[in-house]
Amino acid sequence: MSDQPPFIDIRHAQKSFGTLDVLKDISLQVERGQIVAIIGPSGSGKSTLLRAINDLDPLTGGEIWLEDKQINKTLPHRQYEKHINEVRQEIGMVFQHFNLFPHLKVRENVTMAPKMLKGLSEAQANALAEEQLTKVGMIERIDYYPSQLSGGQKQRVAIARALAMKPKVMLFDEATSALDPELVEEVNLVMKTLAEEHMTMIIVTHEMGFAESVCDRVLFMDQGVVVEEGPPEVIFRNPTNERTRNFLRKHLAGQAG
Amino acid sequence: MGLDFSVIPKYLDIVLLGAVWTIAITIGAAVVSFFGGIILAIIALYAPKIISWPFRAFSFLFLGTPLLLQLFLIYFGLVQIGIDVPAFMAGVIGLGLHFAVYNSELFQTSILAVDKGQNEAARTLGLSRLQALRKVIVPQAVRDVIPPIGNNMIALLKDSALVSVIGVSELTLSAQRAIGSTYRPFEFYVLVAIIYYIINLVMEAVLRHVERRIQVSR
Repeated sequence: MSDQPPFIDIRHAQKSFGTLDVLKDISLQVERGQIVAIIGPSGSGKSTLLRAINDLDPLTGGEIWLEDKQINKTLPHRQYEKHINEVRQEIGMVFQHFNLFPHLKVRENVTMAPKMLKGLSEAQANALAEEQLTKVGMIERIDYYPSQLSGGQKQRVAIARALAMKPKVMLFDEATSALDPELVEEVNLVMKTLAEEHMTMIIVTHEMGFAESVCDRVLFMDQGVVVEEGPPEVIFRNPTNERTRNFLRKHLAGQAG
Repeated sequence: MGLDFSVIPKYLDIVLLGAVWTIAITIGAAVVSFFGGIILAIIALYAPKIISWPFRAFSFLFLGTPLLLQLFLIYFGLVQIGIDVPAFMAGVIGLGLHFAVYNSELFQTSILAVDKGQNEAARTLGLSRLQALRKVIVPQAVRDVIPPIGNNMIALLKDSALVSVIGVSELTLSAQRAIGSTYRPFEFYVLVAIIYYIINLVMEAVLRHVERRIQVSR
């Protein structure tokens, strides 16, 4: 394992808006099948880092590699567009606000990209959608519109939509933060299923309990740097850094109150 | 001289044929203005300046001059530089482009109003910018803008009467021909007004049907 290059390799990632440094020289390696949680206060740069991986928020410095491919390489505009569209097919992303396509039924939300980008026939795409929607427990709602679903159901469909592209890695950007508390669990269960299948995942989350139970590694970020990282039992039970301790104390107090 | 509506039946076929032409021109121009409006909106929003600027100038030209003048220019003017446009086509193009510019303003606003997350979700799946526009952004933008576009289409129907001046035998011109033979302007103008109104009612019914159908996918 250690002889292989990392599956995802973030090298000296930097991002600044004018004089504001959002990411300051962050490096992170993720092995295939690993599940990494990124926690930290809002404004710490954790979402920016996640969104840099598929170039939604391009870095201003540093490199990001997926296997043997550099994601953010320098190319002329047209070639870069082609390159990044190919790379993005291999990286699934799930958003806080689901971003389902409201004008399409659940089925079409899932089939659209595979049909357009992978040349699947209608029948193949339908079979794929049925498979993925069964996996997230949404097969009964296949002919509904997103507006007819609850938040938790929407997010499960969004996960199925991302999985239908057969990505090598899944990014979750606060996937349960916008959900009513009673709907969080159904989404967490789907994510646990993916974890059991050894999907490589990077999860930005505020759910410390979930991060602890599912993740192999936890990163605590604050003010654009990784303050501390390690296995969840160390970060959550026995953090060495003062800032990590403060954050967790405040966070747990907030959850209890 | 009193009113005499009994002259109408004799000329009804001419007037109804005019109504058919009016409907044909309106549908043709509506299609041009709809797709032209989307294309103009996308160019205005996303094309590099060197492309969008000439289109912007073109739009100002269409917004800032009378439609009647534009029809004259297309029908009578273009012949001089060797472009002979048949009257019906000239009407469809003139009306269509004129309203395409109006529609483009509506589409631009509604495209920008589509949630940013929609584009991000589409791009994240691997769609190109153009694919995302075509499959995700524009369908939603169109859906949101159907009512005001519908208003433009009703204005288009009424402005189609202007095409009579370049000799398309649409509703207004047919009425004038009937009046020329009968000297009964009141009777025929009232008849034609009623026919315009009926076409209008049908258009509004169709629009309401479309609006109801897209309601569920919000």
